[in-house]
Amino acid sequence: MLTLPPLADWLQLDWMLVVVAGWAGIGLAGVLALNRFDFVARVLFPAGGVLGLVVAATAAGALDATPQVGVLPLGLPGLPFHVRLDGLAALFLTIIGAASAGISLFAAGYFRRGEGTPPGLLCLEYHLFLASMVGVVLADDAYAFMVAWEAMALSSYFLVTANHRLPDVRAAGYLYIVMAHVGAIAILLCFGVLQADTGDYTFTNMRMQSLTPFAASLAFALAVLGFGAKAGILPLHAWLPEAHPAAPSPVSALMSGVMLNTAIYGLLRVCFDLLQWRLWWWGGVLLTLGLGTALFGVVFAAVQTDMKRLLAYSSIENMGLIFVGLGLTLLFAGFAMKPMAALALTATLYQVASHAAFKSLLFLGTGSVLHATDERSLGKLGGLLRPMPWVGWLSLLGVLASAGLPALGGFVAEWLLLQSFLFTPGLPVTLLTMLVPVVAALIALIAALAGYTMVKFFGVIFLGQPREDKLARAHDAGLLERLGMGWLALGCLALGLMPVQFIHLIDPVTRRLVGAGLDGSMSGSRWLLAPASLQQASYGPTIFLLGVLACFAIAWLLVRLLYHGRVRRGPPWACGYPWGTARMQDTAEGFGQPIRQIFEPFFKVRRQLPTPFDDKPRYAVAIEDRFWGWLYVPIASAAAFMARAIGVLQRGRISAYLLYSFVTLMATLAVVMR
Amino acid sequence: MSVTTAGALSQALEIVAAISLAPLLTGWVGQCRAWLQNRSAPSPWQPYRTLHKLFNKESVVAETASQLFRVTPYVVFGCMTLACAIVPTLSTDLPLAPAADAIALVGLFALARVFIALAAMDIGTAFGTMGARREMLVGFLAEPALLMVLFSASLISKSTSLATIVETLAHRDFAIYPGLAFAGVAFTMVSLAENARIPVDNPATHLELTMIHEALVLEYSGRHLALLEWAASLKLFAYSCIGLALFFPWGVAHAQAPLQMLLALPMLALKLAVGGAMLALLETVMAKMRIFRVPEFLATAFLLAVIGMLVHQLLAR
Repeated sequence: MLTLPPLADWLQLDWMLVVVAGWAGIGLAGVLALNRFDFVARVLFPAGGVLGLVVAATAAGALDATPQVGVLPLGLPGLPFHVRLDGLAALFLTIIGAASAGISLFAAGYFRRGEGTPPGLLCLEYHLFLASMVGVVLADDAYAFMVAWEAMALSSYFLVTANHRLPDVRAAGYLYIVMAHVGAIAILLCFGVLQADTGDYTFTNMRMQSLTPFAASLAFALAVLGFGAKAGILPLHAWLPEAHPAAPSPVSALMSGVMLNTAIYGLLRVCFDLLQWRLWWWGGVLLTLGLGTALFGVVFAAVQTDMKRLLAYSSIENMGLIFVGLGLTLLFAGFAMKPMAALALTATLYQVASHAAFKSLLFLGTGSVLHATDERSLGKLGGLLRPMPWVGWLSLLGVLASAGLPALGGFVAEWLLLQSFLFTPGLPVTLLTMLVPVVAALIALIAALAGYTMVKFFGVIFLGQPREDKLARAHDAGLLERLGMGWLALGCLALGLMPVQFIHLIDPVTRRLVGAGLDGSMSGSRWLLAPASLQQASYGPTIFLLGVLACFAIAWLLVRLLYHGRVRRGPPWACGYPWGTARMQDTAEGFGQPIRQIFEPFFKVRRQLPTPFDDKPRYAVAIEDRFWGWLYVPIASAAAFMARAIGVLQRGRISAYLLYSFVTLMATLAVVMR
Repeated sequence: MSVTTAGALSQALEIVAAISLAPLLTGWVGQCRAWLQNRSAPSPWQPYRTLHKLFNKESVVAETASQLFRVTPYVVFGCMTLACAIVPTLSTDLPLAPAADAIALVGLFALARVFIALAAMDIGTAFGTMGARREMLVGFLAEPALLMVLFSASLISKSTSLATIVETLAHRDFAIYPGLAFAGVAFTMVSLAENARIPVDNPATHLELTMIHEALVLEYSGRHLALLEWAASLKLFAYSCIGLALFFPWGVAHAQAPLQMLLALPMLALKLAVGGAMLALLETVMAKMRIFRVPEFLATAFLLAVIGMLVHQLLAR
């Protein structure tokens, strides 16, 4: 007879497993109620969101608890699943839970009747996706990890191809699943190296192995390849801009804001927990990869004309920045500079959290816009702030956070990252010391370009005049959608205004990973973030915001008191030109044109210019990614060539195949009998 | 951190001085420019009269404008006031200063820029969006360049806190920092671009194809325009003060010596007068450049600032 301990004695780990089971149950309930749309949308999805909140709340409580371990009687006989909840896992679970709660609420109001996959099936895939992400983070052996990782890839593949009747969507899904598996193979090989011929694939065993530096570097390289493919690091980024526009918006939000973080988690787990070595040049590798990715991502984001592609490239940029932070942490850890490593790691984790909040928010915003207008192309949107005020203003918060502007989440992460560059003490390698300012300069450039991109994103979609007539009739998001977006916007604000409190939460994690935390050295007050000393650097977002708001209010009051508040509405001034239309506003192409010109070598541009003799003059410009020609097309044609070469053997005649079998048998016998 | 009476006083004095003196600086630059160009000069008090006139007029807001458009002038004004409040111009004992260091100061300028660009796009006319695009184009290169200039100073003082930077630079033993020389040139170039000055923009023009700042505020009128113009003056004031604080920091009152404040104000006025005259001179001897030369100009500034940091790193070893 199985007896359960009283609820009060349950560990956080138990609650996690209960939630995973709950999500699976919700998925099954969705299958049972396959086409009962109202039940699925109004009951199951909100219930899934509540479970997300439970994950976030319990995991937040486990941040500084001692690691909890368990063995699940699942999996193969003699090969059970090991699970473990430690600080690092708890941090990522908090982020996954909190972000997915908002996304689930939004999804409850988002999915519509009669679109592609039946609602019950979507519900199953969606909740399995959530459960598998939690599984990835909880796994404590390679087997459980790979099962969860594959479940995550497959469930998200089916979610991406929800509208599988469109050929583009199928192609995007195919690319995604191929890239996911390239990464999975690398991760599997990485675990193979880590277990060091002991045959025991538990993480506990891997932690105890002492690898040679060569083997450790090999494992590191495989981990970077595998997790980099999931995070969209150059040159394995190609799936992001294809898969995100194809997927339904809550799924894009979940993939970009939440799933990408599991790749960061995996890399942290391998580099700072499973491997005992931290070689400084690993940091250099990550730093270079991250910088290249971030610059590439932001420049491409600036020239996109599809709103979801733009956000996908922006995700690539953010992942690049996170890799820069990871690289810096490894660099410092390699030189045993613990306080600096703690600062860089805190910056990285902060970036992960704030990216989860603002990128999910922005993807949800594009979902509402897509539903209201049926348009994804920026060139056909505009002026949506008036018909859709909720979506517009909430997205503005996400845009400001994404642009890294003060008093919101993105800025804190950037601030910490720049601080860790700036106060790099002399490194033992002179070249690195010299390169540090250059890297800081590039990060500042990337941040400023992100601002450019976000102004374009928000300005073209929500501001100006509607470029199409139907936009004026766009409807605002429903209540559930607003709630979901509001929750994430609240996250952006809280991360921006309470850095000290959040860093306090992150502290046990950095302490465990790099052996030092910021908490001890922080000298500011509750409202003042000062990583080292007040004389060195400090930032008080609340005071900052109150300062701006106070100046705002005093200016407003004084103007009203001393002067007046009269306003008259009039037509906009177009320098006397009376035939101005909405089509004369800058399009997305126009807004991105300076970037296209300045960063010309980045792009492969195909222009079609009209000549004076054309009957129907047409101007077209298409921007393509050079990596397709450099990497993907050669690999694809090599694969096709190999297939053709092997195809010669395929005669389609039984006698030929019998001959092959006979020859193989003979050859095998010859080898065996020798 | 405790707020002393002297600190609160110097903070208040600094804000009041910035808000009240900023239009005078703009007027003074205009007057010098007119003198140098053999025109009869307007009085340096002219900007105050313009502001008063604009405040009295009613505001005409375009029919297509949303709330964002009406909020922006106040946001921009608030940002610029806060920027002036945290740059140590009179004293380094500023209670507000710990809330924002050099990086946050650049963020503050970026916040104002993003808001004003969004407001310009809000109307949905060709001029507004063109202005917004050009402003962001100037911004994405000028912003990192400014950050690098501030970093060059931070590396010397081992701090990003503006108060500490100024204290270190002002009360150091006499030493020459070659890194700062590069940073100084870069800073001059950036401030010309950021304050819509020749050679990047012309504050006196109203020709659509050349203007940046004027295209952004084209739709504004009445009190909104007044606030934006005032904010532009405050920005010029803040930039001048940053330049003075980094490269000519002598005369700023020490945190422990509030009495030096009495001397700091006339000192600041003198430095600003000279700085404004130099700005007018620079504007007179240069010609406006094509818009697509601007990125080259700013990229040069950016590179110079980075070289400044590199030089410092090289020599520090």
